[in-house]
Amino acid sequence: MRKLGIQEIQDIARGAALLGAGGGGDPYLGKLVAIGAINECGPVTLLDPEEVPDDALIVPFAMMGAPTVLSEKGIGGEEYKALFDLVENHEGKKIFATMPMEAGGLNSMFPVAAAARLGLPMVDCDGMGRAFPELQMVTFTIGGIKSSPVGLADEKGNTVIFDTITNKWSEELARSVVMSCGGSVAVTLYNMTGKQMKEYGVKGIVTRSEKLGAAMRNVKNVTDKTPEEAFLEFTEGIRLFKGKITDVRRETRGAFNFGKVVVDGIDDCKGRSAYVEFQNENLAAVVDGEIVATTPDLISLVDTETFTPVPTDALKYGKRVLIVGLKCYDLWRSKEGLELVGPRYFGLDTDYVPVEVRGKGGIR
Amino acid sequence: MYKLGIDVGGTNTDAVIIDENYNVVASVKNPTSGDVYEGIVGAVQKVLNESGVDRKQIGQAMLGTTQCTNAIVERKNLAKIGFMRIGAPASCGILPMVDWSDDIKAVCERAVIIRGGFEFDGRELAPLDEDACRDFCQEMKEKGVRSIAISGVFSTIRNDNELRAAEIAREVLGDDVHVSISSEIGSMGLVERENATILNAALCQVAEKFTDGFAKSIAHEGIENAKIYLPQNDGTLMTMEYARRYPILTVACGPTNSIRGASYLSKVANAIVVDVGGTTTDVGVIQNEFPRESSVAVTIGGVRTNFRMPDVMSIGLGGGSIVREHKDGSVTVGPDSVGYEITSKAMVFGGDVMTATDVAVRTGKAKVGDPSLVESIPLELAEKAMSVIRTMAEDAVDAMKVSSDDSDVILVGGGSIILPDELAGASRTIKPEHFGCANAIGSAISKVSGTYETLVDYDEVPRDDALEKAKQAAADMAAEAGAVRETVEIIDVEDVPLQYYPGNTNRVKVKAAGELRA
Repeated sequence: MRKLGIQEIQDIARGAALLGAGGGGDPYLGKLVAIGAINECGPVTLLDPEEVPDDALIVPFAMMGAPTVLSEKGIGGEEYKALFDLVENHEGKKIFATMPMEAGGLNSMFPVAAAARLGLPMVDCDGMGRAFPELQMVTFTIGGIKSSPVGLADEKGNTVIFDTITNKWSEELARSVVMSCGGSVAVTLYNMTGKQMKEYGVKGIVTRSEKLGAAMRNVKNVTDKTPEEAFLEFTEGIRLFKGKITDVRRETRGAFNFGKVVVDGIDDCKGRSAYVEFQNENLAAVVDGEIVATTPDLISLVDTETFTPVPTDALKYGKRVLIVGLKCYDLWRSKEGLELVGPRYFGLDTDYVPVEVRGKGGIR
Repeated sequence: MYKLGIDVGGTNTDAVIIDENYNVVASVKNPTSGDVYEGIVGAVQKVLNESGVDRKQIGQAMLGTTQCTNAIVERKNLAKIGFMRIGAPASCGILPMVDWSDDIKAVCERAVIIRGGFEFDGRELAPLDEDACRDFCQEMKEKGVRSIAISGVFSTIRNDNELRAAEIAREVLGDDVHVSISSEIGSMGLVERENATILNAALCQVAEKFTDGFAKSIAHEGIENAKIYLPQNDGTLMTMEYARRYPILTVACGPTNSIRGASYLSKVANAIVVDVGGTTTDVGVIQNEFPRESSVAVTIGGVRTNFRMPDVMSIGLGGGSIVREHKDGSVTVGPDSVGYEITSKAMVFGGDVMTATDVAVRTGKAKVGDPSLVESIPLELAEKAMSVIRTMAEDAVDAMKVSSDDSDVILVGGGSIILPDELAGASRTIKPEHFGCANAIGSAISKVSGTYETLVDYDEVPRDDALEKAKQAAADMAAEAGAVRETVEIIDVEDVPLQYYPGNTNRVKVKAAGELRA
């Protein structure tokens, strides 16, 4: 058990941008919400998963909606209580703690605010270990945990809770509510026991995010190696390519942003070419025609000078980036995991091969 | 009729006069003194003398200044303000100015969030709470606050609430109260937009002072018929009245002016512009005669905003950069510089610090000061330093490129004498006439513009129709702002698909600009 204050929040937000793997929304706005809540209500208690009793009720919290809408409406502030009261009534049980659903991107921060405002602890665990575009894409699905009852609340005071027959139906119904409520809602789902959380959650992800963030903050102060070496060492990142963005192609299909960014090599990668395909998050990195990393491993493009992650919606001609691969959570590499979030699910005609094998330890 | 362009820099105040065909008649430099207006008056006197132009024939005067930026960075002369956000019950989870440092947050007497605002599709989020708005204005009146900032959720989609609140503020606080509304200042993204609005409100006194000061200083020089304009960060002009209402829009006009001035002087519409000053070199990109905008959130004095700012890369290389030879034989240039003291400290001017200018003179590249004073520098060392300078400039140019194709490169700024005549990666390296005063010229030739931004579902309105409508709206806005209708051109069209919406919703943004009506 430990406390999360403002400095910790700053680092977690920085690390969450990297775990966003190109998507998940800019954690900046969520950070403001979390800082506001901590300023008013005090630091948040972060629980190690092992500190949670097996029969405790854990309720993950997130915001669902378009990043553009969130960037205008943020969150009202009454949603947390409305939603948690609703869930307690529905479950007929006290909520022991909350936790993030998605530790990558914007949704790394809202559970912190919820915990602060409600005086609940937050568990150091999530269901992705990164960001993914659809709500069934969580490790809990592998564990057979149901997403419903799904609780939704908007800032106006509307709330709804529903049971569904499949997790896919949860996604369907939730989307309709999101649209009716003006493009964003607060959501609780995958309510689970402490035992289930310990069995299927990505444990220690908040701490990992914080360590990544702290390392990124300190990267320039490292004296015995180059900032790039320090960055790769701290993040355990595999250096896949270094280059300059020369083309960005975008397309909207269904409810997603598809696209491809082309990067021409610089420095030791000069004369070579790479591209990264994305669907909200980065899906695959290809260097000189050879795939070097795919989902569910994390592919992040970071600025070559500041090591700030560059999300897919901020990709820009001329920007110099380092393409790094980070190992995903082990459970994603199982047969069930790959069915949910493997390359074939996203329409890539390739089998999954771990990034440390494909990337051959990276370009040196 | 003539145009007078002025640029107040940290070291020099530059002034130029151009005729109605946009030819440069005269350009001068005058030291910027402690009292900015003395510097301006001096520059205006000089340029009038040099050009011999009848002062009554000057119809327009453009002032480029960084006074607002400095006021924010130094937290000086900022006004007390009251801030009102219209958006409850949405947005209450984000407290206004929550990540500002205390010293700048202190400008705000009180911040409130009242009910109102809109959804992304223009539906009402909640009815505007006029009573709360009135109560807040009353409280501000009692506290003697004379500047009010107002933001609203999705006010970029509909600003009815912001306009009504501004009306109420004037009713309560009187017509002379300064009111800043966010829909007229920023784009999508509530936090960044309202931050800019708050800074804008805090700048009202500074803006009044420098616009007044400028008007007086040119009137003092007998220029009585000139209409005064201020260039803004996107390379377009605003009137003095508009600048008083929206002073925040002047931040970053410096690099913008030098980029546009460079483009104009060299008659090149697409190029990379390298502006070498005394301490730093700014490298920017001109696309279709306008600076390429930065795509990342811009921070001013520690406050995050979403301004239209030129995408500029600054490196520590200038005419006054200090040159050092190290034990291992390597040579470095900068990032520290003798700055404005170059005329006393550089070796060519009789000083004892080896600067970039000195090595340029030693190799015969530049001709300033007394070349005999740098003969003591070994030629080999000077050449090594020049090669370092070349590499720094070439790397910066390369970093700003949009493709690996060679691009035209324009060199401007007083310090550009230290750069070689040819750079790698440049199809042409151009150093235009009057290169030293590019920013004052950029200021003089600024255009007037209009920007229109909206959300469109392309499944409901076909893309072509939507863009056409947006272009028309932007052109109308430019004409309204003072552009000659026939010269209005669409200078930027951008549409970005929005995630998670049903159908095919896009954010469409169009900017139009034209020549200023005489």
